[in-house]
Amino acid sequence: MTPFRLLFLLPFALLLGGCDLVVMSPSGDIADQQANLIIISTILMLIVIVPVMVMIVLFAWRYRHTNTEARYEPDWDHSTGLELIIWSVPLLIIICLGAVTWMGTHLLDPYRPLDRLAHGKPVTEEHVPLEVQVVALDWKWLFIYPEQGIASVNEMAAPVDRPIHFRITSSSVMNSFYVPALAGMIYAMPGMETTLHAVINAPGEFEGFSANYSGAGFSGMRFAFHGLEQGDFDKWVETVKSADGALNRPDYLDLERPSENVPIRHYASVDAGLFNAILNMCVEEGKMCMKEMMAIDAEGGLGLAGIHNTMPLTYDKYARRGAVFGPDPSYVLSICAVEEAPGTAEFTPTPPANMSPIVGAGLKRPNVKPLRSFPTTFWAAPSRPSNS
Amino acid sequence: MTETQQAIHPIFGRLTLESFPIHEPILVATFIAVALGGLAMLGVITKYRLWGYLWKEWFTTVDHKRIGIMYMILGIIMLLRGFADAIMMRLQQAMAFNGSEGYLNAHHYDQIFTAHGVIMIFFVAMPLVTGLMNYVVPLQIGARDVSFPFLNNFSFWMTAAGAVLVMMSLFIGEFARTGWLAYPPLSGIAYSPDVGVDYYIWALQVAGIGTTLSGVNLICTIVKMRAPGMTMMKMPVFTWTSLCTNVLIVASFPVLTVVLVLLSLDRYVGTNFFTNDLGGNPMMYVNLIWIWGHPEVYILVLPAFGIFSEVVTTFTGKRLFGYTSMVYATVVITILSYLVWLHHFFTMGSGASVNSFFGITTMIISIPTGAKIFNWLFTMYRGRIRFELPMMWTVAFMLTFVVGGMTGVLLAVPPADFVLHNSLFLVAHFHNVIIGGVLFGLFAGINYWFPKAFGFKLNQFWGHVSFWCWVVGFWAAFMPLYVLGLMGVTRRLRVFDDPSLQIWFIIAGFGAAIIAVGIGAFLIQMVVSVWKREELRDNTGDPWNGRTLEWATSSPPPDYNFAFTPVVHDNDAWADMKKRGYQRPLEGFRPIHMPSNTGTGIILAGLSIACAFGLIWYMWWLAAISFVGILAVAIGHTFNYHRDFHIPVEEVVRTEEERTRLLTAATAKA
Repeated sequence: MTPFRLLFLLPFALLLGGCDLVVMSPSGDIADQQANLIIISTILMLIVIVPVMVMIVLFAWRYRHTNTEARYEPDWDHSTGLELIIWSVPLLIIICLGAVTWMGTHLLDPYRPLDRLAHGKPVTEEHVPLEVQVVALDWKWLFIYPEQGIASVNEMAAPVDRPIHFRITSSSVMNSFYVPALAGMIYAMPGMETTLHAVINAPGEFEGFSANYSGAGFSGMRFAFHGLEQGDFDKWVETVKSADGALNRPDYLDLERPSENVPIRHYASVDAGLFNAILNMCVEEGKMCMKEMMAIDAEGGLGLAGIHNTMPLTYDKYARRGAVFGPDPSYVLSICAVEEAPGTAEFTPTPPANMSPIVGAGLKRPNVKPLRSFPTTFWAAPSRPSNS
Repeated sequence: MTETQQAIHPIFGRLTLESFPIHEPILVATFIAVALGGLAMLGVITKYRLWGYLWKEWFTTVDHKRIGIMYMILGIIMLLRGFADAIMMRLQQAMAFNGSEGYLNAHHYDQIFTAHGVIMIFFVAMPLVTGLMNYVVPLQIGARDVSFPFLNNFSFWMTAAGAVLVMMSLFIGEFARTGWLAYPPLSGIAYSPDVGVDYYIWALQVAGIGTTLSGVNLICTIVKMRAPGMTMMKMPVFTWTSLCTNVLIVASFPVLTVVLVLLSLDRYVGTNFFTNDLGGNPMMYVNLIWIWGHPEVYILVLPAFGIFSEVVTTFTGKRLFGYTSMVYATVVITILSYLVWLHHFFTMGSGASVNSFFGITTMIISIPTGAKIFNWLFTMYRGRIRFELPMMWTVAFMLTFVVGGMTGVLLAVPPADFVLHNSLFLVAHFHNVIIGGVLFGLFAGINYWFPKAFGFKLNQFWGHVSFWCWVVGFWAAFMPLYVLGLMGVTRRLRVFDDPSLQIWFIIAGFGAAIIAVGIGAFLIQMVVSVWKREELRDNTGDPWNGRTLEWATSSPPPDYNFAFTPVVHDNDAWADMKKRGYQRPLEGFRPIHMPSNTGTGIILAGLSIACAFGLIWYMWWLAAISFVGILAVAIGHTFNYHRDFHIPVEEVVRTEEERTRLLTAATAKA
């Protein structure tokens, strides 16, 4: 390589030196071990990749058409020895890599509680994990601290060298919770809970974001992650507590509506059961929690009555998510005894909190009226007799 | 209901004047350009009275060679659209820093990256791969056509119909804003109520019918129509890889069809397969679509491996090193490709044992793939390598693909994937294997087989320009993405706030611009080659000193491919025939039984577009009428008894005498 070409490469080298490869030099122990695994795997593979690349160039040059001095054996097409090598060398490397993978995957499983804070610093009984409940909303992050009874939007903090136990869910579509400096990502999915155990080892300002496309406001779905010393963390908690808002269910239903590039927001207190209600998709009044539904199903379900008893179970929010085909369904709103039946004519249940549709993917409304509309009369007059 | 929602119009469904993007300047300009270009083309066709010719000789043809060429043209046209999307993304990402929103809003940008992925996979790579298989496989096995010639025509038009639907979404309505695999719940009716996802579903369903049928057709052709003496282990490697690819197509595309049917049931009739509520499970969709999606990767890359095998043996003038292990490697890859799908979502919360199982199966695939690289390498060893364009693409492939393979194995390590999943590192990785593997292979194949299809070689100078621009452009465009991935930048972002990232996006943008020059040079290469075709003419039918049967016949081959079915004694059948002093038979010709052209395929595809359009826009009358039309035409076609004819012996004799004359002239000149 000529000096001129080296000169040409120089700016690129400088660039690489100047940029922050956060994935390769993180500040959390889990991410650090993951980065090490990347390096080990790469080195293992380079054992075979580098010779192959060299041989490609070498053979291409040596056996070029114009080089009549090179040997030419047009019928040479088999060599058991070579075949053995080309199958066994990669096999051996994959066996090594497979072993590393098996161990690494189990040790760094996001569901596995931490057993060390850093190299040589095992987790002991006095290290009680900090629980943080994370909800991916359209398009911002909600963090609930049950221990402190506070919540914040698009900002979270954690004390250095204390294990963090994340419980993660989402309100509408799939997202992925990722703080590159802290640990690998895990999907946030509605109605489901994923778990991440991690620890931050150095104080600092880090960035977290959603790593799975979730609609129009996806780019702005970023949050600040503060790694703080214990004292600073306590101060941060105080700051959050001094905010005047409280996060109750109606506030949450408001917060849940799609919004983009949301500024940081603090809540001094949180409804204690909020996360579980979000997870079970029953924040809205009148909804049956998923775990209750599953418990009923585990007992054999509601039978034929269950076919119509879907109102408390609908969740996806486009105008009760109607279909374009089929008749209007009827719903059983509640089940009562025979003697109560005459009174049902006067029965007026509370309608759900907010009936207008929430459209997740884009804020634009569709110009369609689904056939499965929501007639105002149906509360009073069920169209089909049921066991009520 | 709110006042913005209207009832579905009985005639226009949900199509209103607002569905036409007249307020989007980029789209209006595109539309004007497309409309003017289209009008100009229609004008030229009308002026030179080509309609009859096109209809009789091309649109209704059942000749596998012409259908192959039409697939290639479709793929190249769609490449321009898919690449335009790529350039727009690169520009947006290079601009949207320091508070700038760039020039695309989310509504537009999100459609672009979705369309880019869908088009590049389904309507560029698939047609190009299918086109080459269609053209080459029957010639390589010494057959006169595929097993089901009408089905072949129908398959092509269904693929084209899917492409038409995607293009339509550009000007009527919008395309999906969900990413190329349209994960629910985002792609469900609750969160994507507009027509975009419906365009996505029906374009893929219509094209999927074509792909699946073409898979059935080619499997049958390869299994049943090989020349006498060509046992399975004497088949050319490209035929082998095509066989495996089509097995994968037939086994995996039905999964795609079913998963899209389930999604459309959710969207149209209110079922709850993939919804959040009422017992739906979006994770099921992710599993199902990747059970199709991962084999799809091998559907694309296996034929490319086949092309490289043919090119390497031809241009080194050697038998393929380790033919048997090559075949077994291909078969092993085919089987293993069904055991790795979960590596696309390690981060969805599976347990450590499940993740490591799928991580390790993924790594195991690299062993047969590595064996293939070694086999090509040792084919070059002690060869006489002529660096014609196909060989240059092959060497560039080998150097590029090993890097992509390495990053692929890296991503197969679940803890590494936890930090790199969905990042630009991943984006760089799969472009590294799809451009470096599939696309380089397709360019090698196009340069290699073009003289067979048209009787003249492609221009070298513009071929070199295209080659260097593609290779340099590729590295410039995707190496920065690897770096950005390690900086923790995720994919599909529209705006950025960290200014230190911008330089990398600018470099990547320049890379994309270099690739644009490469595509331009490729088009110029085509034009220049046609223009100077007399200088590039090859009358021998065997311009590269080829080794497989397609080089035994004239270029372009006659309609019937081979006047007499060749008899095969060795792999590399044509090299063997040449070595043993094969004499072309000059008499004893007989009439040749051939299939007749039919317009049924294009009519069915046209009706399918209408039916899909009706379903997308809720124009139920249109969907119903065109569906009945499809059934009627399909049933009507079964009553068509004029399905075949014989090429009279005089015409065969005339064609073969012309070939003799050209061959003699070519030998005299040499």
